[in-house]
Amino acid sequence: MAKKKIRIRAKLKGDVTEVKALMSHPMETGLRKNKKTGEKIPAHFIKEVTCEHKGNQVIVANWGVAISKNPYLAFRFTGAAKGDTIKVSWNDNKGESASAEATIK
Amino acid sequence: MKRRSFLKGTVTSSMLGVAASAGLLTPQSVLAAWPKAAFDAKTVDGGMEAALGSSSASESGDIKIKAPDIAENGAVVPITISTNMPDVDAIAVFIEKNPVPIACSYDLGATTKGFISCRVKMGKTSDLIAVVRSGGKLYSAKKMVKVTIGGCGG
Repeated sequence: MAKKKIRIRAKLKGDVTEVKALMSHPMETGLRKNKKTGEKIPAHFIKEVTCEHKGNQVIVANWGVAISKNPYLAFRFTGAAKGDTIKVSWNDNKGESASAEATIK
Repeated sequence: MKRRSFLKGTVTSSMLGVAASAGLLTPQSVLAAWPKAAFDAKTVDGGMEAALGSSSASESGDIKIKAPDIAENGAVVPITISTNMPDVDAIAVFIEKNPVPIACSYDLGATTKGFISCRVKMGKTSDLIAVVRSGGKLYSAKKMVKVTIGGCGG
């Protein structure tokens, strides 16, 4: 398994916090074939991404195979302050998961 | 205090993850569990029904879809959906001609704005349909995206 990294940027502008997250994941659709062997590459994709701020779920993303490799997600929410911690975690169809935290700037 | 709420959040989310991946939970039994039926659906209407509870959405000019008119690489199409509607609690994106029409659906918290940006795969030229649930009603907007993989035209 490749490195399960999540890069997060969270920035406060006025009263709105914009969060951008970039995850490393192959996001295999299960439809692609290995060119050498002709065998199908099994599906491997992130199903759910959760973002929490102070224990509250700010957003839950339900993803299918149509999300691009190394997914990117951005969203905005209100009610946060500078220095707060934001946590992003995902789990995929193979039961793997990862999470990361960042401080709102 | 901070630590406590943080721990609480960690436990619930990781437990959810474990339970969901083990297949112990049916999609409807837990809030925000992965809607399997929506991703099994082969039509936009079927996916919408399963993900958002209804397949009747009225078209709205208040939803903005930012996506390229022509996508040179169908594997990475950046899209941004934004709306100023109040009480938006869910946003979903459908790509009509994909094998699985639903690309993603988002459950938004009370403080979350109607704004989503991500990157999707598109098999071929297709309509991109964004559906927003606001105040229990569904609103949709469409945008055609041309896909030209390998310059073969679309």
